[in-house]
This record gives sequence, structure tokens and C-alpha cells, in this order.
Amino acid sequence: MPVLSSNGRRTWALRDRRGALLQWLGRFVVVAAFAVSMQYISSLTVWAFVVDSGRQIGDLFDRMLPPQWAYTPRLWQPLWETVNIATLGTLIAVVLSVPITFLAARNTTPHPVFRLLALLVIVVSRSVNSLIWALIIVALIGPGVLAGIVAISLRAVGFIAKLLYEAVEEINPEQVEAMLATGASRMQVIVYAILPQIRPTFVGVSVFRWDINIREATVLGLVGAGGIGFQLNSAINRLMWDRASMIFLLIIALVMISEAVSARIRQSIT
Amino acid sequence: MIANPVLRWAVVVAAIAYLVLATTSIQVNWTRVARGLERSQRLIAEFLRPDFVSRWSHIQKGILESLAMAVSSTLIGGILCVPFGLGAARNVSTPVVYAFCRVVIVLARSFQEVIIAIFFVVMVGFGPLAGMLTLSLATVGFLAKLLAEAIENTDPTQIEAMRATGATWLQVIAYGVVPQVLPRFVGLLVYRLDQNFRNSAVIGIVGAGGIGAVLTTAMSRYDYSVAGAILITIVALVLLAEYSSGLIRGRLR
Repeated sequence: MPVLSSNGRRTWALRDRRGALLQWLGRFVVVAAFAVSMQYISSLTVWAFVVDSGRQIGDLFDRMLPPQWAYTPRLWQPLWETVNIATLGTLIAVVLSVPITFLAARNTTPHPVFRLLALLVIVVSRSVNSLIWALIIVALIGPGVLAGIVAISLRAVGFIAKLLYEAVEEINPEQVEAMLATGASRMQVIVYAILPQIRPTFVGVSVFRWDINIREATVLGLVGAGGIGFQLNSAINRLMWDRASMIFLLIIALVMISEAVSARIRQSIT
Repeated sequence: MIANPVLRWAVVVAAIAYLVLATTSIQVNWTRVARGLERSQRLIAEFLRPDFVSRWSHIQKGILESLAMAVSSTLIGGILCVPFGLGAARNVSTPVVYAFCRVVIVLARSFQEVIIAIFFVVMVGFGPLAGMLTLSLATVGFLAKLLAEAIENTDPTQIEAMRATGATWLQVIAYGVVPQVLPRFVGLLVYRLDQNFRNSAVIGIVGAGGIGAVLTTAMSRYDYSVAGAILITIVALVLLAEYSSGLIRGRLR
């Protein structure tokens, strides 16, 4: 703790002068950034709409309540599709992420060039949201469940591969060394020394991503990539808010169930 | 992994049955896919010839909107999450408040951002304000949950020591809890800033402003070379955000 002394008096302070100045500078930058952002956003806002928002939301809830319960039978099929998009998308991503993981991990990559390529794949996959992937895939292969599955797996590959290759880089090297000392091939080292060490992470990450994918799959239909979002989109476009609220209820239920299942599985493996 | 063999095989059979059911229930219009793949060469060629120039002013405006949305929503969410985070931490809260705050957090987290954005667009009209409100709400749910966990993981002896001196609840929080969770909380804020910027690229699809709105427009106009340019911009900015957020979080530690 620094001691400041001014005309003979010594005071204890949490930070020295430089630290205190830096802290105030940090605070100033945060506040200034916030002010500039708010200014910019409000310059692009039509305040007449905002003033009206209370009435709008009251009106919206009026239309949403009660939910159209009779619409539910027609939602089971899209709900099933949503689950399928998330599950099959996750499965494909899991399969694809395995080779990428071993190419990207520093201790298993055959050559730095492969490592760089694998990292590039991971970065691009991760920085584009699955909804944007869906936008592109729908333009390529047309709307439908298949586009949703491809979009989900394109986004999930990077996520799974990133967490996995970090786990591979943090394994205990002694087991690898022991395998190598017996004259094992590269494949044998991966199968017997590395895979057993990362299996819990592997299962945990995949299940966690499945849970996220369920949530994402509920909105893919907004851009035409299948699932319950398609019904949601048409309900909103036709201003049938009582149908939309029914869909919202089903989405909440689905997300909560999948979250509980995923938490349960992850708990049992650790 | 599952000890009981009957249960284990039941799970395996159920998984296979599900896979068969799921894969057979997908209806794919293969002629459309084939036609699409034919066209996709041209399409990908256009994506790979990004056009930054002709719509640059739109792209620039989208980036600025996204940045403004991310910064403001992180701060608003960061402030609003504090009462819910405190309320949802079992060791400093009462059962009634705890239950209420947990319900709020679960509700705020169960909807995808895009669905929340639909509501806010209806409320306040198209534009970045709707996006800012959406991201703020999502931030509150995320940060409150993690803040509550951080508070529950604090060292109880310091809180006990504060209580033993006869400190009020506010004093316990200020001197017993805040010093312990502040570094982690600031780290989470920086992480969330990065997340909010990523998400701001998506909610534009339903009209909530940001770079996503520009991208949706480009895609619906079949302007794929502009869309390619926007995608490259998003990837670059996300990388920059992730790198700098990692750097800041590393320094905080």
C-alpha cells in the first residue's frame, strides 16, 4: 500500500498517484463512451413511437391473452422439427469438430500450417451467429429443415472445437510420453492417451452446445430455416398475437426442459 | 458410464430409434438443393469478391449502431443486474426475494435475443433503441445469474465478521461482498460487451438496427458481394473485440 506524504503528513492510500489517475481515466472513458452511444442512438430514434410504447405494449398483451390453446395440435410437428434441427445439427458438429480439434491443438497437430487452417475455420465458424449462417444457407439450398441443420452445425463446430482443443492442450503429457515410449503410432497415442483424458469435457461441451442449439433453433424459422420460428414468423406477420403467445409458451417449456436435461447430464459426468 | 446394463441398453436403443425417426422425418426438396448447389458456385464466387465500396456508408452506419448498442446496453444491463444479482444470491437474500429474482432471471434468459427484439420493435419502433433495450434485458439475465453465483461463492468468514460487528445489511454488502466480487464482475462486464456486439449483428434481422439490419437488406436484395463484405467486417470486428476483451480481462486478473 503506497504512502503519500505532503508537507510532513503521511497518509495511507489504496493506490499511488499514477494508479488513481489511471482509475479516474478509466471511469471517464466508460462514462464518455456511454454518453456518446446514447446520444447516437437517441438521434436515430423516433421519440413519438417511444412515448406511445406503453399503450402499444398494453394493446399487444390484450391481443396475446388468452393464448390460442386450440392452435397447439398444429405446433407439435414444428416443435419436433426444432428439436431435430438442434439434435442432428449438434451431432454433425460433434463429428466434424473431432478432426478440427486434433489439427488445432498444438500438441497433436501434424504441421503448424494445418493448425493455422483449423484455427481459421474455428474463428470464422464462431464469429458468425447461427441465424446469419441460416440466412446464407437458405439463400444457397432453399428454405427448410435441412438449411437449419446445416446452419446450426456450422456455428456449433467452432464452439465445440475451440473448447475441445483447449482441453487437448491442457492434458497430462506424461501419458502421451508413456505411449510414445512403447513405440505407439500417432493414431494410437490419440486413441489411448488423449481421448480418455478429454472424454468428460467432450460429452459436457456437446451437451451444453445442444442446449444452446435448442434455443437458437427456435428462431431459425424467422429466416426460413425450419422449426417453430416459421410459425412464429407467420403468426406475427398476420398479427395473430394469440397464436404467437401460444408459441412463446411452448418455446419457454422446450427451453426449460432442455436446460434441465443438459444440466442433469453434465452433473452426472463430473 | 451408466452402471445398470438394462438402463444403458435402453438408452442406446432409444437414441438409435430417435435418430432413425428424426432423419426419416426430414423432408428435403432435393431438386431445390441440387439447383441451389449449382447456383452456389456463382454465389460463393460473389461472396468471395466482397464489395466494400458501393454501400460503405450503410456498412459504416451499421457498425456504429452496433457499437453504440453494445456499449450502452452493457452499462445499462450492468447497473440493472445488481439488485437482481444480490436478490438471487442465497447467502445475502431472503427466501421470498430469492425466489422472485430467480424467476426474473430464468424468464430473461429463456428467450433468444431475436424474440425479445420482436417485442421491443413493436414497443418503440424500428431502430437501434429497440436493439439497445433487447441487449440490456439479455445482459441483465446473464450478468445477474453469474453475479449471484459469484456472491454465493464468496468467503463467508468476511461476511460473518462484518455481521459480528453489528453492521447493517448495506454495510455487509459494501465491505464484505463487493471487494470480493468486484474483479470478477468487471471481467464479466467486459466479456458481455464482446457478446453484446456479436448479438447486435443478429437482432437487426427483425428490425432492431445495427449491422445485422444492413446484412439482411443486402441478402434480400441478392447483393451477395456486399453481404460478403459485411460478413468479413463482422468477423474482423468480433475477432478484435474478443482479442481486446481477453487482453483487458487478463490485465484485471
